[in-house]
Amino acid sequence: MIVGEAPPPSGAFGVDAIAMTMRFGDFLALDNVALKVRPGSFHALLGENGAGKSTLVKCIMGYYHATEGDILVGEREQAIGNPKDAHALGLGMVYQHFTLVPAMTVAENLVLARDDVPAVVNWPKEMKELEVFLARMPFKVPLAAKVSDISAGERQKCEILKQLYLKRRFLILDEPTSVLTPAEADEVLGMLRDMVVRGELTILMITHKFREVMAFADDVTILRRGKLAGAGKVSELTPDAMARTMIGAEELTVQPPRTGEAGMARLELEKVRALDDAGAIAVHDVSLTVRAGEIVGIAGVSGNGQRQLVEVLAGQREAESGEIRVAGDPYRASREEMRRHKMSLLPEEPLKNACVGGMSVADNIAFREFDRAPFASGGWWLNRGAFRGDARKKIAQYKIKTRTPETPISALSGGNVQRAVLARELGGDVEVLIAANPCFGLDFAAVAQIHAEIMAARNRGAAVLLVSEDLDELLELSDRLVVMFHGEFVYEARTSEADLTVIGRHMAGH
Amino acid sequence: MADGSIGLWTVPLAVLGGAIRVSTPFLFVSLGECITERSGRINLGLEGTLVMGAMSAYGISYLTGSPWLGVFAAGITGALLGALHAGICSLPRVNDIAVGIALMLFGTGLAFYLGKPLIEPTAPRLPAIDFGWWSDIPQLRAALRINVMFLIGVALAPILYWAFRTTRWGLLIRTAGESSDAARAMGYSVLLIRLRATMVGGFLAGIGGSFLSLFYPGSWNEGLSSGQGITAVALVIFARWDPLLCLWASLAFGGAAALGPALQSVGVTSGYHLFNAAPYILTLAIMIITCSPKRTLTGAPAELSITR
Repeated sequence: MIVGEAPPPSGAFGVDAIAMTMRFGDFLALDNVALKVRPGSFHALLGENGAGKSTLVKCIMGYYHATEGDILVGEREQAIGNPKDAHALGLGMVYQHFTLVPAMTVAENLVLARDDVPAVVNWPKEMKELEVFLARMPFKVPLAAKVSDISAGERQKCEILKQLYLKRRFLILDEPTSVLTPAEADEVLGMLRDMVVRGELTILMITHKFREVMAFADDVTILRRGKLAGAGKVSELTPDAMARTMIGAEELTVQPPRTGEAGMARLELEKVRALDDAGAIAVHDVSLTVRAGEIVGIAGVSGNGQRQLVEVLAGQREAESGEIRVAGDPYRASREEMRRHKMSLLPEEPLKNACVGGMSVADNIAFREFDRAPFASGGWWLNRGAFRGDARKKIAQYKIKTRTPETPISALSGGNVQRAVLARELGGDVEVLIAANPCFGLDFAAVAQIHAEIMAARNRGAAVLLVSEDLDELLELSDRLVVMFHGEFVYEARTSEADLTVIGRHMAGH
Repeated sequence: MADGSIGLWTVPLAVLGGAIRVSTPFLFVSLGECITERSGRINLGLEGTLVMGAMSAYGISYLTGSPWLGVFAAGITGALLGALHAGICSLPRVNDIAVGIALMLFGTGLAFYLGKPLIEPTAPRLPAIDFGWWSDIPQLRAALRINVMFLIGVALAPILYWAFRTTRWGLLIRTAGESSDAARAMGYSVLLIRLRATMVGGFLAGIGGSFLSLFYPGSWNEGLSSGQGITAVALVIFARWDPLLCLWASLAFGGAAALGPALQSVGVTSGYHLFNAAPYILTLAIMIITCSPKRTLTGAPAELSITR
């Protein structure tokens, strides 16, 4: 082993993490994990949320300092103290959350990312150089456009281009395709794969999409609960085997079969229009009917008006025009209407949109009914015992992992927050259910439970509107699929007859 | 029109002259605050910085006999107060607005305490350039007696506008203000960028204060600033964090502040105090007109605690 500071000579190089252990206080995030990425390979890092994938790559990039363990870059041991050290060695990372500055142009973002930003930037010269660089790249981005004005797919391309512009030769990608349509994902990963094959680049990709692992990766490393669960050549593994390694021996909730036929119209949207925070039209006169006993899925790349539409239905945003009817009655998202029509909501980011973080699990579970019997007498005197009793029952029924019913809900993990919201929203009768990305960022066990609950609600006769960025989830659950693009519904099909390529094309607006 | 009497024309002329004189502190404070806010932090303490700047400028000018040394001392005082604000805000879970209010009270209180002996003596004042020599109307000549500081301020606005786009520091300040995650991912220290931006902001606000005590009104007393520092902070929001718009907004506020005295000079005395309140009414009106519960402010740095 050679100890050195200098980056390896030109071309792709490998990275090895040896016996990495990372402790945050009492919590063991990584336990003696090994990762070997061969030079000039496309390596996938698989694992559930909280398995330690992000922690591991952040240790490699110098964000965290591992409690124990060594990093070898190009077979030389390196002490990477901060991201700048990693950059100097030729390591680059594309984060799951964008690191582009939205209010700046693409060109400004690219130049700013350099280590040697000139004190005074000569824009005409820089623009010319950027255009020469872009001409060599297989995908294009508009240099003069503000990042906030380009699509999520273009932003992701921009992030990757930025790393290539900085001449990084070892790229870490954190869930790079979560905001891309399947076709865009294939384009971006295919282009990176070509660079890997040419020996210009080594790639380590964090993902949970087996399709992409099978199509693009050479090797795979699988983590489970901070431990190395498996590693090997992708060609020698099946998606099933990888999934089993990821989950371990845990029992998943079995989803009930789809039963019953769609009934009468329960939720009707007619020419609903809503604005976004900047005052631009986000939802453009959409009309839709959801019937009892039916799941209607809304597909689309995030940022196409789905969030605003759900906010209107949840009463968090006023519609500019149009009409919403529930069971034939006009609906303005008041608490009284929601109660009368037995409406339930599973909004995205439940801790922010459906909970009060500082209040207890019991209080949060009681929000819908807290001022009625048996929780309250006369509409004002709250019976704490009834809160606790109900919460205990639901905590057991929905397998919510919390120390006590009195624990603040913000102390729970994402999956358990969503389980608590699920207990509140689906614990009683449901006639209309609106769910937005209900499984975003959750582990297999929580996803299986939530999918089962949604299907069960449908089978009991609820009208379900499911908004999701995860096409697989929509294809699995929906009876009918609608694609949302630029605030409009541009495509509709029965899920059983839906074609993935056609859906992907509409998601991209073609 | 005899004896240089120009009747009601006095009012717009006085407003123009007032706009130029009164706007100078607004201009410096708002440009300074513009830099600080573009880096993602609000410094409400600039009111205190302004008064401290006025006091220290007057004191140094009196002691050394050089008003320009006084201006420099005011800038240094402002930068130190800025460093104090940024230093406290660097600690975890500290709210920049609360610190700003504390420093506003601290700055004015300290200035009154240290400035007690400065109320009596007269310090050398900043010179003015006579741009009205070609006219024989005394009101016009008075309106066009312009201080160099105003000219510096006017030049500073386009320079800042340019610097935000084309210099490394401008880009870094904007990055820190728009996305601290992005700045951190690039390996920059957001706290350090904000420290420097707040110090520069304080420097400019201190200079704005020196104008108050060394040119207009041109003396040191405890009623010197009537909330110009705070108004200038509001003005940055009104100007959408754009240095060029800060210039126009400062002129508008200066003109509004000059309205009361101008009307008084032509004999309109009935609503004197009401007209003196014109800048505050303007502040309120602008805030009400430009704010909406349905949309966020355009141009607001995304990291500001008021927009997050």
